[in-house]
Amino acid sequence: MIAPAADWDVIGPVLGQSVVETVWMTAVTLLIGGVAGLVLGAALYSTRRGNLFENAVVFGVLNVLVNIIRPIPFIIFLTAVGPLTKVVAGTTLGTTAAIVPMTIMATVVIARVVEQNLVSVDPGIVEAARASGARRLAVLFGVVIPEALAQLVLGYVFMFVAVVDMSAMAGYIGGGGLGNFAIIYGYQQFDPAATWVTVAIIVVIVQVGQLFGNWLAGRIVRR
Amino acid sequence: MVRSKTASAVEESSTADFAVVFDSVGKEFPARRSRGAIRAVDDVSLRVPRGRIVGVIGYSGAGKSTLVRMINGLEKPTSGTVSTLGVDVGAADEAALRALRGRIGMVFQQFNLFSSRTVRGNIAYPLKVAGWPKERIAARVAELLDFVGLADKADQFPRRLSGGQKQRVGIARALATNPDILLADEATSALDPQTTRDILDLLARANRELGITIVVITHQISVVHELCDEVIVMEQGRIVDEGDTYRVFAHPTASLTSRFVSDATQGVPRGDVLEALSRSGGALLSVDVNEFTSEDVETVFAQHGVRGVVVFGGVTDIRGRQLGTLTYRVNATEDAVGAVFADLAARTRVVRPDRQRDAWSDADAAEEAAS
Repeated sequence: MIAPAADWDVIGPVLGQSVVETVWMTAVTLLIGGVAGLVLGAALYSTRRGNLFENAVVFGVLNVLVNIIRPIPFIIFLTAVGPLTKVVAGTTLGTTAAIVPMTIMATVVIARVVEQNLVSVDPGIVEAARASGARRLAVLFGVVIPEALAQLVLGYVFMFVAVVDMSAMAGYIGGGGLGNFAIIYGYQQFDPAATWVTVAIIVVIVQVGQLFGNWLAGRIVRR
Repeated sequence: MVRSKTASAVEESSTADFAVVFDSVGKEFPARRSRGAIRAVDDVSLRVPRGRIVGVIGYSGAGKSTLVRMINGLEKPTSGTVSTLGVDVGAADEAALRALRGRIGMVFQQFNLFSSRTVRGNIAYPLKVAGWPKERIAARVAELLDFVGLADKADQFPRRLSGGQKQRVGIARALATNPDILLADEATSALDPQTTRDILDLLARANRELGITIVVITHQISVVHELCDEVIVMEQGRIVDEGDTYRVFAHPTASLTSRFVSDATQGVPRGDVLEALSRSGGALLSVDVNEFTSEDVETVFAQHGVRGVVVFGGVTDIRGRQLGTLTYRVNATEDAVGAVFADLAARTRVVRPDRQRDAWSDADAAEEAAS
């Protein structure tokens, strides 16, 4: 394989396309996984013993499910859920296909982050809301989640970084994005410049996300 | 409160007069890995008359919090029946309990305000839950802010408030829906003495002006003294003493009640204090004042032509009536002191702390008075 010094006229547009793909995969994963993870996390929290919807069976099932999926290394998980990806996305290759395993993994991890933040909400506040005669779902979404909001925002920022990381691995199985770019032009064509440019762009993306999240959490905390 | 082990005919005719009725109520928490089963409330029967302030006093772990949580169904009884505003709490479903809770306000030791909502938002919460229209909520919140004296704090978040202010918000929130009952769970235990007084005044005002029935849970006897018409003394899940506040503390039947009284008043001098007092000469008389007031003591002294000076003691005020023990120094002949002692002993408990080894024993006092 010939390794030309970076021909940016050729790979420049590819890089641009890769950035778009990474941002797209990350955004869709965070959106779907974020909502699903919130629901799953809230379910874990509220079915726990002594909580709003205490239910040992539901909690047990969800808890085991999360515990099974979460520890699987993502790069293995990508191929393991291939059949499901094929059903959902029609293919196991490309950006859209990568979003399926990313969303599943993000949902599970976000669920844990959400659960942990909700558990830290003072049970006395839950009791006060219930004593007011509020429905349990209203207590969960109208009181518990708002109480934990700043922590949740920081949790989602943490997840944003993790999802960017996942998206890079998705590149390895043809998911496109910056990971794919770095592998093809940096690793396989021995072009360190391409690798470092990719690194720089990912650092910038992560920084922007982190700063925005911190600012948002700060605004919520300051009230 | 009357123990409700009365005939059912009496019960039926009078149930409407009671906001809360407990009949042989027990609450057991099942065993868990780390501990055995816990019987938090054990065979408790009580009645809370409408419009009154009833205190439940006991040390922590006595089952007070569990007891009060059964009133609004945050906990359900495992035996017996709890009837709140005519609703059978044990049998009620979630919807019925929600409706009941709308008629019961609750105030907490740690305030439990929603930190994500402003003062206004906290007070409005139960009204939103009850489905009030916006304009009515705004008007009602303004009224409540006025009632608790926090009109200028409406748009602050709770974290900016002092403890006393937080509890005022808690009370405003609890009163928002014009409930029939207010439950106060150690509402002043996290506050300093001055703030405690302010909050107790506020609760008394709510009772006076709104006619709301209040159940106060506390471990502080001063709260009961200042606020409660009636008191229930609890120990290990059971009621050990109950009745009119003054009567219960003036004539305790349980040792725990006596302990609460001696915590609040100073009792009879002992040890170093007694030694110091004895050294200065004269006879010492420790007299319990209750319905038999300190004025009555002075009258007895005057009848015998002796003067007594208070040298030790404490008198607490229970809703305007005095209760405590005062120790007088009397400079008179032994015969005169003996006569005074006999006269007093006929009307209240009196001991001579420097003469009687067990100053607490009524039997000793009576014996010596007789001899």
